Amino acid sequence: MDEILERIAMCIERGKVNAASPYPPDLKGQDGADELTKAALDMEIDPNDVLAKGLVVGMNTIGKKFSENKVFVPDLLMAAKAMQASMAHLRPFFESGKAKHRGTFIIGTVQGDLHDIGKNLVSMVMEGGGWQVIDLGVDVSAEKFLDALRAHPNSAIGLSALLTTTMVNMEKIVTAVRAEFPETKIIVGGAPLTDEFARKIGADAYAPDPQGALDYLVAAVA
Amino acid sequence: MKSIVGAVRERKLLVSDGGWGTFLVAAGLGAGECPELWNVEHPDVVRNIAASYAEAGADIVMTNSFGGTRITLEPYGLASRAAELNEAAARLSREAVGERALVLASVGPTGKILMMGDVSEDQLFEAFAEQAIALERGGADACSVETMTALDEAGIAARAVKENTGLELVCSFTFSMKTDTGYRTMMGVSVAEMAQAMLAEGADVLGVNCSLGPAEMVEVVRELRAAAPEVPILVHPNAGMPQRKDDGSVWYPETPEGMASQVSDLVKAGASIVGGCCGTGPKHIQAIAAVVQRLREGQ
Repeated sequence: MDEILERIAMCIERGKVNAASPYPPDLKGQDGADELTKAALDMEIDPNDVLAKGLVVGMNTIGKKFSENKVFVPDLLMAAKAMQASMAHLRPFFESGKAKHRGTFIIGTVQGDLHDIGKNLVSMVMEGGGWQVIDLGVDVSAEKFLDALRAHPNSAIGLSALLTTTMVNMEKIVTAVRAEFPETKIIVGGAPLTDEFARKIGADAYAPDPQGALDYLVAAVA
Repeated sequence: MKSIVGAVRERKLLVSDGGWGTFLVAAGLGAGECPELWNVEHPDVVRNIAASYAEAGADIVMTNSFGGTRITLEPYGLASRAAELNEAAARLSREAVGERALVLASVGPTGKILMMGDVSEDQLFEAFAEQAIALERGGADACSVETMTALDEAGIAARAVKENTGLELVCSFTFSMKTDTGYRTMMGVSVAEMAQAMLAEGADVLGVNCSLGPAEMVEVVRELRAAAPEVPILVHPNAGMPQRKDDGSVWYPETPEGMASQVSDLVKAGASIVGGCCGTGPKHIQAIAAVVQRLREGQ
């Protein structure tokens, strides 16, 4: 059992989606995350183990290398593609309740900002980390975050911004969320942000990279 | 039409302009508004930005067209107005600076990632071509494919400029990640890889802009000079990282004097054209111009 889970983790880290995928070249022709995940579930390995020892391990490894500047956005995107191929097989088990998420994470790019690359990277790493991700998209108002929180009250929140014009909107959203959901963990991220800015606007944490967001939230809800 | 390469040959060092986005915000651009729409709705504000930079001593002034492809205009419902908004951008800068400065038209990334299938190569090429043609029609002297992080997108933008216009081409990348083997873009492109690829596309000038402050830019410029010994190098550092004021607004910590104190090191590292990116304004450019003037006289 452990061998196939290790291979799933390796395929995700390396961005090996399925047997047909030519990437990465040295794994050409071999089964990828898609086939291996299906095989693992056919072998009746607990979907929670497939998640924890396969997907989470693979995404953690690549996410950590990304935060150390050892791999870059394309590597993370390929890994996420492989992770999503695995996740497609796990989805029915989440729906039936046989598999459990580690938590729910609501994320969006803040009002006025249309940039989504950073937000998408965080979504992928969180999903690969075993979290249910509710992606509200770009240009998200405080009201939309509140609506999502009312529907999923025990969630953590992630706010993304690329522009100095829109990073100021983060504070309004943090204030609105705190007023109604004082216990909610709020993390912020984006190129112009700093730890100090995050602290001053009342967020719980600044995540310099996607893995930082995941690590913080895993520790915070543990 | 005037040439940046010619001007560098003649004057050794040039001053370019500072940030446009932060300037527009100071002039009232709200979050969620399309900056390029101001080219037709608030032309006086846009003209005033260009004029302020020329006044401050910039030899090169850019245009309000960073997000001007139909792809970036689409979410605002303005895709069909791409040609109009870009032509206006170049015309306003030209009107503001006359023949006092060169007009370097800004072409930024689309925010789409080719390898994810967000957009096709043809769609990117068409969008950049449409923008470049309009910028030339509006009176630009040159075009800067800037703030790029991916070789494929930048290469397509460069080809779109070269194949559809007679504009001189600046290719400027954003290197935000420091690694054991030098700086890289978020897409993993090293300084040497960028230089080689963009020179192959016919870049007349190479550049580095955004994300880093002036002190870190010295290192990036040094790497770029080593990779490209012959071409002029443009450098546009940010004024540091934005900080929050007590009223909730944002300011950039690097002062005009602080920026100016790095100019000599940037030039020693190999820069030929020095300006600024986010958070820099006319005061920064004035301070940079004063140092450049002294360096020119020293030569």
